[in-house]
Amino acid sequence: MKGNIIKYARDNIDTDVIIPGQYLKVHDYAELATHAMEGLDPDFHSKVKEGDFILSGKNFGCGSSREHAPIALSHSGVKAILALSFARIFYRNSVDGAFLLPIEIDQDAYDGISEGDEIDIDVSKNEIKNITKNQTYKMKPFSEIIGKIIAAGGLFKYKPDQD
Amino acid sequence: MNIVEKILARASGKSSVAPDDVVFADVDKVMMHDVSGPGVLKVFDKLKKQGIAVDKLFDPTKVWVAEDHFVPSADKLSAENIVKLSNFTKNYGIEKHFKYGMGQYGICHTLSHEQAMVMPGDVYVGGDSHTNTTGALGAFAVGLGHTDIAYVLLNGNIWFKVPETYYFKLNGKLPDHVMAKDLILKIIGEIGNDGGAYRTMQFGGSGIDDMSVESRLTLCNMTTEAGAKNGIVEPDQKVVDYLSAKGATNLNLVNGDADAEYSKIFEFESSEMEPMIAKPFSPDNTCVVGEAPSVELDKSYIGSCTGAKYEDLEAAAKVLKGRKVKIRTEVLPAAISIYQRAMENGLLKIFLDAGVTVGPPTCGACCGAHMGVLAKDEICISTTNRNFPGRMGHVESQTYLSSPMVAAASAVTGKITDPRDLK
Repeated sequence: MKGNIIKYARDNIDTDVIIPGQYLKVHDYAELATHAMEGLDPDFHSKVKEGDFILSGKNFGCGSSREHAPIALSHSGVKAILALSFARIFYRNSVDGAFLLPIEIDQDAYDGISEGDEIDIDVSKNEIKNITKNQTYKMKPFSEIIGKIIAAGGLFKYKPDQD
Repeated sequence: MNIVEKILARASGKSSVAPDDVVFADVDKVMMHDVSGPGVLKVFDKLKKQGIAVDKLFDPTKVWVAEDHFVPSADKLSAENIVKLSNFTKNYGIEKHFKYGMGQYGICHTLSHEQAMVMPGDVYVGGDSHTNTTGALGAFAVGLGHTDIAYVLLNGNIWFKVPETYYFKLNGKLPDHVMAKDLILKIIGEIGNDGGAYRTMQFGGSGIDDMSVESRLTLCNMTTEAGAKNGIVEPDQKVVDYLSAKGATNLNLVNGDADAEYSKIFEFESSEMEPMIAKPFSPDNTCVVGEAPSVELDKSYIGSCTGAKYEDLEAAAKVLKGRKVKIRTEVLPAAISIYQRAMENGLLKIFLDAGVTVGPPTCGACCGAHMGVLAKDEICISTTNRNFPGRMGHVESQTYLSSPMVAAASAVTGKITDPRDLK
């Protein structure tokens, strides 16, 4: 899966800045997308392209359980978030709702990847290739259950009884 | 096994579970509100298009619904969400729907204990991150998103990774003018806002024995701010008395075994705590009130599931009695039952005499939704739970988190104030 990076070099990007509380009453996914990242980067909506990835630091998606957050990012075209770590509800919502891939990266990847870099994520090899810089990094493998839910296409398509 | 492992083993039909095991646990109670309910309906619409049946819930008697975030309806869209929610509960036969303007209603996490909606030993999931609150009653209480709540409503179970448990041993009774909010801000400041990530934060020790159920609810509520999966306190006689007074019967207390294991044990001297604040823009950016920056406050907000329970209002009233507020101050009791007790016991008179505006139960400005949101550059001291950029309104407003006593004392002076320093 290939895409270009939008980098936010900071920790603790919370769901209040991903989609501010005033929009919690909105349930139209396309409209939510127009407000994605509004609390941190008002230009996000104009610069994001279909297939982009976001790169960020620790504890991405902390705070509220609002599923609006992965929905707004996913419907903006974002296919994956690469972060040093994720807050649990954002992580779970992203996977169970099949909105985007939460990819845990290490410090080398975080430091090495820059804004605009073209990246190729190979989940089968747990590998991230930086095409722009010709570098390769490891991604943390998904846990067994997360890998299965992602492969199934979301929690509703996952059949636990067939394990 | 510890309490969480015992609850999850029972709910998943296993004789034992250990951290990192993945289980599908049967759910005992499910909660939705006027944000997550319409969100779940969107998921149902999506499922219908995929040919998945959504015409029947696993058990409507185990589902309850609160109207809290945008009530009384803030505008046309939020009014429409309330109509959608009412149609949802009617169509699916959910009888426990607390509607504003019709007797008891309030913030979902407050109703969970005020109305005894959740019992010790329950697996309780809610479509809101502060579902953790109710772990203070001895339940495994976890917040989930819309897709997961939709899954629970249709299947009656959901997957969990059994969490590691961090045990917080609290020593001694909190001093006068120091509240559970001060203690949990201290803890979050120490461990950081991802310090409990994916884990259970369990509280025990003499500090818990001496603590009211409502104070324990404050501790568990804020475990979300350390990233925890859930917060929990083993149920004791205080919990039994608390729930029995609300009409609960046949309580089935689950407690950890004597040889229960915890992945880490922390110790805090609760008897030596001091009033705390969290500065902008994170709940872990804490300091004691004595070291607070000297800022001119614009507003004091005493509300939310975290800071507007009866005990919280009583503490604020103790500070405000016979005094006048110097800045805009709002008190929003977290449920009608609390509002009513505040009226009967004279708290509302104290607030109104002090110049406070008393509003209806609502999540309101806590999440920047409506009713008292902040303008650019405004600075607020608040009994709520989060102070991320824009949390209570404009992205360039600022929120300091505190206990109800500190918020009340600061309302009197217009500066961040230790309640012990009021003349």
